[in-house]
Amino acid sequence: MAGTGCGEIGDINHLAVRDSIRGDCSHFTRDKTTFMKTYEPILLKNMIQPGYTGSLPEYERAGGYQALRKVLGKVTPAEVTAVVMKSGLRGRGGAGFPTGVKWGFLPKDYQGPRYLCCNADESEPGTFKDRQLIERDPHQLLEGMLLACYAIGAASSYIYIRGEFVLGAKILEAAITEARAAGYVGKNILGSGVSIDIWVHRGAGAYICGEETALLESLEGKRGLPRVKPPFPATHGLYNKPTVVNNVETLANLPHIINRGAEWFASIGSPPKSTGTRVFCVSGHVARPGNYEVPMGITFRELIYELAGGMRSDKKLKAFIPGGASAPFLTPDHLDVKLDFESVALAGSMLGSGGVTVMEEGTDMVWAALRLMEFFYHESCGKCSPCREGSSWLVQIMRRIVNKRGQMADLETLTDLCKNIAGRTVCAFGDAEVSPILSTLKHWRHEYVTLIHAAEAANLIRPEPAGAKH
Amino acid sequence: MLKEKYQDEIDEILSRYPVKRSALLPLLYLAQREEGYVTEAAMQEIAGILKLTPPQVYETATFYTMLNLKPVGKFHLQVCKSLMCALVGSDTVIGWIGTKLGIKPGETTQDKLFTLSIVECLAACGTGPMMQVNDDYYERLTEEKLDRILADLRQTGTSSLKTGPFMWPEPAAAKSGT
Repeated sequence: MAGTGCGEIGDINHLAVRDSIRGDCSHFTRDKTTFMKTYEPILLKNMIQPGYTGSLPEYERAGGYQALRKVLGKVTPAEVTAVVMKSGLRGRGGAGFPTGVKWGFLPKDYQGPRYLCCNADESEPGTFKDRQLIERDPHQLLEGMLLACYAIGAASSYIYIRGEFVLGAKILEAAITEARAAGYVGKNILGSGVSIDIWVHRGAGAYICGEETALLESLEGKRGLPRVKPPFPATHGLYNKPTVVNNVETLANLPHIINRGAEWFASIGSPPKSTGTRVFCVSGHVARPGNYEVPMGITFRELIYELAGGMRSDKKLKAFIPGGASAPFLTPDHLDVKLDFESVALAGSMLGSGGVTVMEEGTDMVWAALRLMEFFYHESCGKCSPCREGSSWLVQIMRRIVNKRGQMADLETLTDLCKNIAGRTVCAFGDAEVSPILSTLKHWRHEYVTLIHAAEAANLIRPEPAGAKH
Repeated sequence: MLKEKYQDEIDEILSRYPVKRSALLPLLYLAQREEGYVTEAAMQEIAGILKLTPPQVYETATFYTMLNLKPVGKFHLQVCKSLMCALVGSDTVIGWIGTKLGIKPGETTQDKLFTLSIVECLAACGTGPMMQVNDDYYERLTEEKLDRILADLRQTGTSSLKTGPFMWPEPAAAKSGT
């Protein structure tokens, strides 16, 4: 077992070395017929093989569970954490926090139980990558979870999957049963003495449960209200025990990092701060929407115009959201911005969850901002007043403007409200909910003004008589 | 009573967690599966099983949109209207369903077969417009497809047009794309 396993790992490492010698831009080749750059898929590699179903035998044939065999009983948990830290892997859920560093926050001398929670609550509008990773290659995620559990010393872990993913939950449960029967999950894994269990826990329709502390509250059977931090989950998480919450895509990267090495991973993308690939979800008015795995650091132009096939009609691109509904809108001027954490932040937005939504000429930006605002209004958990009351107020003003009943003073109220919500709530939801309005006001203020002028011209609102008192 | 009928399943659910209350959402789902919605009697029984007060169960149940506290039709049509789906025509789909079934969002047909709900993002943004019917996703909806789905549901209780394990673009296209 060990002999053949090591041989395969050796071969893979050999490729990794060759990749890293070629340098970061050699991660792609050119398709001879289309002259389009193609990139080596990592997370989607198995599932794009025709006929691959994601069953355990198929995953094993593709080299699956070799990373687990490589570390269990042979490499210390601290060494696994060190490899992940060195790889530069950052969280793929939205915040982009370095994974190894997060693990390192767990208390070293704590003797009681620790937990790993996989965040599969994929709810950020524009994002649909985790669903594919779960349903097409569930064992890749399970192996990543086992590696993370081993590194942090967790014997129990939960996959918190959004309630609507009924099929995904069934697929995961079947995969866990397969893995348990094969000795990868459960007591004394592969005879190493290490025991790790994994359970699937379904959410029930609440966007906020993707926030890590709300997720923990929900997993404890409560309303999904984010907790005040500190203390952080690393010390006081699930059941008040040390806990790590990692996104599906983050965990799915781990087997590859262990198999092919931290140096290999760190050479992909835009080192040193944005390493590895991302599965970007392209939606909206493009010819070929879908999930595309590319090294971080390619441009939005390449993602939208080459991989996603450009615009769906001859209408030009008007706007795009670079990283899910919480990320401020960008304009065609930003098409050459690189898809890495720092570049998108520098352009005034964020890479977030990797959901890229494209809008064509003719899209009403005030309407678009209202649609997202309605989402945030619906999903505000109600814990903090600025967010609970503010989201309701923002939606009312936005509806008024879109329905041509707005007035110029509304613009000032919008900005003022946004300033009083962002940064004044327990979780990042407050910052997220103001970004569609603030960014559309910044880039397309004239559209707001046009709607308000239309309202005034239609005489739907009467100017207040001079000297009127309330 | 859930306990008499599903004792084994309840025990299995409880065994997953070191703290009983964590079994609340799974048990509420069990209650919903049984009756089509979560009844007050079920919430009281669950409170008893988990050693919680009924208000503790109720406060949790009312937070989550997927738990129905009122009866819904046999087929619960939930159409996503968030921006990504709206850009590719979800409002049109809502209009079609309304016309075809004669119901407004939030309403149930008289024969109790269909309930129409408008929901927020279901993580199928690249394959919109889309809807979820009970446990299944139906994506890239067109009027023709919608007619077939509704007919299939009426006749057989399900439809072959539902999405299987998700991948988009489909494997052949993805291979050249990524």
